[in-house]
Amino acid sequence: MGAFSRLGNDLYSGRRSIDFVGRKWVWYAVSAVILAMAAFGLVSKGLNMGIEFTGGAEYRVTLSADRATQDTADELRAAVAGTGIESAAAPVVTTSGSEAIIVQTEPVNDAESAELVTTILDVTGATEADISQTEIGPSWGKEVAKRSLIGLVVFLVLVVLFIWAYFREWKMSLAALVALAHDVLITVGVYALSGFEVSPATVTGVLTILGFSLYDTVVVFDKVRENTHQLTTSRLTYAEAANLAVNQTLVRSINTSIVALIPVAAILYVGVAQLGSGSLKDLALALFVGMAVGAYSSIFIATPLLVQLKSREKDVNYDERRAAARRREAAADPYSRVSAADRNAAPPPDPRQVREDGSVARPPVMAPPRQAEALNKGRVVPKAHGPVKPSPSAGRVQPTRQPRSKRGKK
Amino acid sequence: MAARRPNPGRTLVVFFLVVALSYGLVALAGVWKPKLGLDLQGGTRITLIAKGDVSSASLTEARGIIEDRVNGSGVAEAEVSTQGNKYIVVEIPGASRRDLVETVKRQAQLRFRVVAAVADGAAGASSSTPGTGTGPTTGTGTGTGPTTGTGVPGSAPTSSAPGGNNRAPYAWAGEKDKKNKTKTPTPTPSQSPATEQPTQADALDDPLTWMDNPDPRSLAAFNAFSCPASGEPANVDDDPDKPLVTCDEFGQKMLLSAALIEGTDLSSADTLPPSQQSVEWGVDLNFNRAGTTEFARISQALVNTNKQFAIVLDGRVISAPTMQGLITDGNAQITGRFSEAEARSLATSLKYGALPIAFEKDPPVELVGPSLAGNQLSAGINAGLAGLFLVMLYCLFYYRGLGLVVIASLLTAAALTYSLVVLLSEGAGFTLSLPGIAGLIVAVGITADSFIVYFERMRDEMRDGKSMRVAVEAGWLRARNTCLAADAVSLLAALVLYIFAAGVVKGFAFTLGLSTLIDLVVFFWFTHPMVSWLARFSFFNRGHAMSGLGAESLGLDAVSTSGGKA
Repeated sequence: MGAFSRLGNDLYSGRRSIDFVGRKWVWYAVSAVILAMAAFGLVSKGLNMGIEFTGGAEYRVTLSADRATQDTADELRAAVAGTGIESAAAPVVTTSGSEAIIVQTEPVNDAESAELVTTILDVTGATEADISQTEIGPSWGKEVAKRSLIGLVVFLVLVVLFIWAYFREWKMSLAALVALAHDVLITVGVYALSGFEVSPATVTGVLTILGFSLYDTVVVFDKVRENTHQLTTSRLTYAEAANLAVNQTLVRSINTSIVALIPVAAILYVGVAQLGSGSLKDLALALFVGMAVGAYSSIFIATPLLVQLKSREKDVNYDERRAAARRREAAADPYSRVSAADRNAAPPPDPRQVREDGSVARPPVMAPPRQAEALNKGRVVPKAHGPVKPSPSAGRVQPTRQPRSKRGKK
Repeated sequence: MAARRPNPGRTLVVFFLVVALSYGLVALAGVWKPKLGLDLQGGTRITLIAKGDVSSASLTEARGIIEDRVNGSGVAEAEVSTQGNKYIVVEIPGASRRDLVETVKRQAQLRFRVVAAVADGAAGASSSTPGTGTGPTTGTGTGTGPTTGTGVPGSAPTSSAPGGNNRAPYAWAGEKDKKNKTKTPTPTPSQSPATEQPTQADALDDPLTWMDNPDPRSLAAFNAFSCPASGEPANVDDDPDKPLVTCDEFGQKMLLSAALIEGTDLSSADTLPPSQQSVEWGVDLNFNRAGTTEFARISQALVNTNKQFAIVLDGRVISAPTMQGLITDGNAQITGRFSEAEARSLATSLKYGALPIAFEKDPPVELVGPSLAGNQLSAGINAGLAGLFLVMLYCLFYYRGLGLVVIASLLTAAALTYSLVVLLSEGAGFTLSLPGIAGLIVAVGITADSFIVYFERMRDEMRDGKSMRVAVEAGWLRARNTCLAADAVSLLAALVLYIFAAGVVKGFAFTLGLSTLIDLVVFFWFTHPMVSWLARFSFFNRGHAMSGLGAESLGLDAVSTSGGKA
């Protein structure tokens, strides 16, 4: 724990830094591969829509663990197919969890349904209380699908509005949206590749992860905004400030994700182990994948993308040039412009210029003295006794004040 | 400083009073467990989907009718509710009731029958056949006669309402008399097993003849029948081909013939305001061609007698007027001592063939067996406890002393949530379903996250060199905004889900939204004051190794313990 905390502190102060922004193409490539797989899954296998969307009947029999076996399922499949009911000619019979068997058929009418129930009860030896059934007409399925779609669209619109209102900046909004789309696509892709059934609970899960993923992004962007707010007085470029923000929120992101994933994992585990397939599993699986991907995308996708979008901006370019200039000044050697009277007699290195490892900052270089004076470079500022805030008035090469014609009238 | 901030101790006390108050309300309600959804206690759910756009008024009306129908079939605690602008959800808890699916799915039936006998339904004692003139009243035990039903309380004018209620006379309209030989009435002898009587095959063939001379079996059934307590619909099997014994809303039982006209033959029905001809409200009926011929036939048989015909809606007599004139043009009027509201209600019932809206053909039906329900309930509770426990463990491990604050906050939030869920299920009819439980569990993560945001902020402030007591406040100001944004997103998600998701998923959205609000309450009025209060103890503000704020856990070499910035 101490090591993790130490890491947290180092990340916070910037002493240690993981280059999230700089290595953006690595993350983009990773995401691109995953997205390609997801798209491949979607196209080649498609989603396995549950009966809630396609219409059909599902019978779930709760049995004791020793009865809920593949053998019983096979027996049941034969029996159901043997009823002669047309829509139940090719039933899907699976075991679910350790104590249930699920039979799925095409839509049936009431009489057929009653017959199927009798058949299932006969074969499994279960009682009326042990059987649960869901019958969904095709029209309802369309309805559910339509509502889910409307929900998704409305939610996305609201999210865009929210992001816009919160960040007041379309570039941040765009980056957040790309991250959202990324999360949803990957989650959907996981469903396609794994062949898990998509039910309304899954859709709910997906809508919920939209919220979670957005929230992760909000937290990171908040910090980015805070760090980049005072770029004019700091030595960082926009990219560096953003990267620092990600590093500073990294520990929190990890903690948040763990804490959010623990309960979802609990639901997922209990749902699968105890109930087999069902709304709990559908919901939890979508949430689990979505939350994990959401945490990843807010760090690895959203922020680098934001920086990339921002890099075209004039102000950000200024910031970069300013930061570069400041760095050059800092690196400038105070003795560089002092003319050497005697080449052989090198002066002892200034103790303030000696680095920790003992090397001297830069070997003396000859330079014309007149120029040095004119440029006002090479002055050694006495070391301050306390921390000094970098001030814009010190060491500026050019004033950035616009000419009167461009300043506008007051 | 101290003057600006409320005293943390006082905030905590007030907060606990509020929690205690919520439990006081729960105790007052006397219910300690929330109502469980069907998926957790077993039962049947049928969702009816209205076709096309319907007004909320007609949806509500349809809901009332279906509720009557379900309750009429002897189910006590069925709940019928409208959802959104096009769904009616019928929920029948308890054992699965496959048989009820048909009852609910059936479009309501409106039929016209003729009345063979009327009696006070309370005891099933006396009966009388209002049928006069024509037929011999074979088999009826009691006196006959053209008078009003004998056992009727508050009897009505003899002339118009033999049934003893104020529904009544028929006045008619048109003159042109089309040939009224009808096509054969629906019932056939063999299809009326309850009344099969070889000797009376002819009579059975035509309900109009039958009504004057009901077969003994029907009469026996009629005599044995008694109406349920007033107001409740009778539990009868409304088969168009058989005679029917049922009740009207005044608690009188009636022996009715097989159906003569189906509700579908009625093309329109409207209220008829008082006019010069009539000082009362009435209802105007229009039949289609088949209905017109049949109605003309009934009219001929019934005119100038005290015999009634009955309009039966879902097995219940909604009106039993007599025929005041010969009506052959299919345009009839029912008058009686209607108030405007009564007339309107009758017209609506007639117009819509009972249900004001049509439903999609195959509604989704869900039956949850009790064993699955039990499994799901225990799975939900297990997952909840496991999730809560693991989150607490993680926080304790990572935040140590502060982890105790997380645990206390989570427990408080859980307590508050439970009391609210119970109160809502008692007061607002909220039922806790499996997705609802999932929502509560997922919310554990959201709630714990607020604390993490806060604590991380606090630690960041301390890393900047602030002392704990300062960092608590500085971190709070920043964490508060982040947390508000996060919860706003969560609430937004919950709201959209609640509005747009179909069916049970609403439960998930609801509990997620509820927990998010509770998270805010606990965060503002419990966690923050709690941390402020703890900051007074040297265990925390001196950075004890186990407090979670020590130098080692912050990754610093030394923690500032002085009052302000180092």
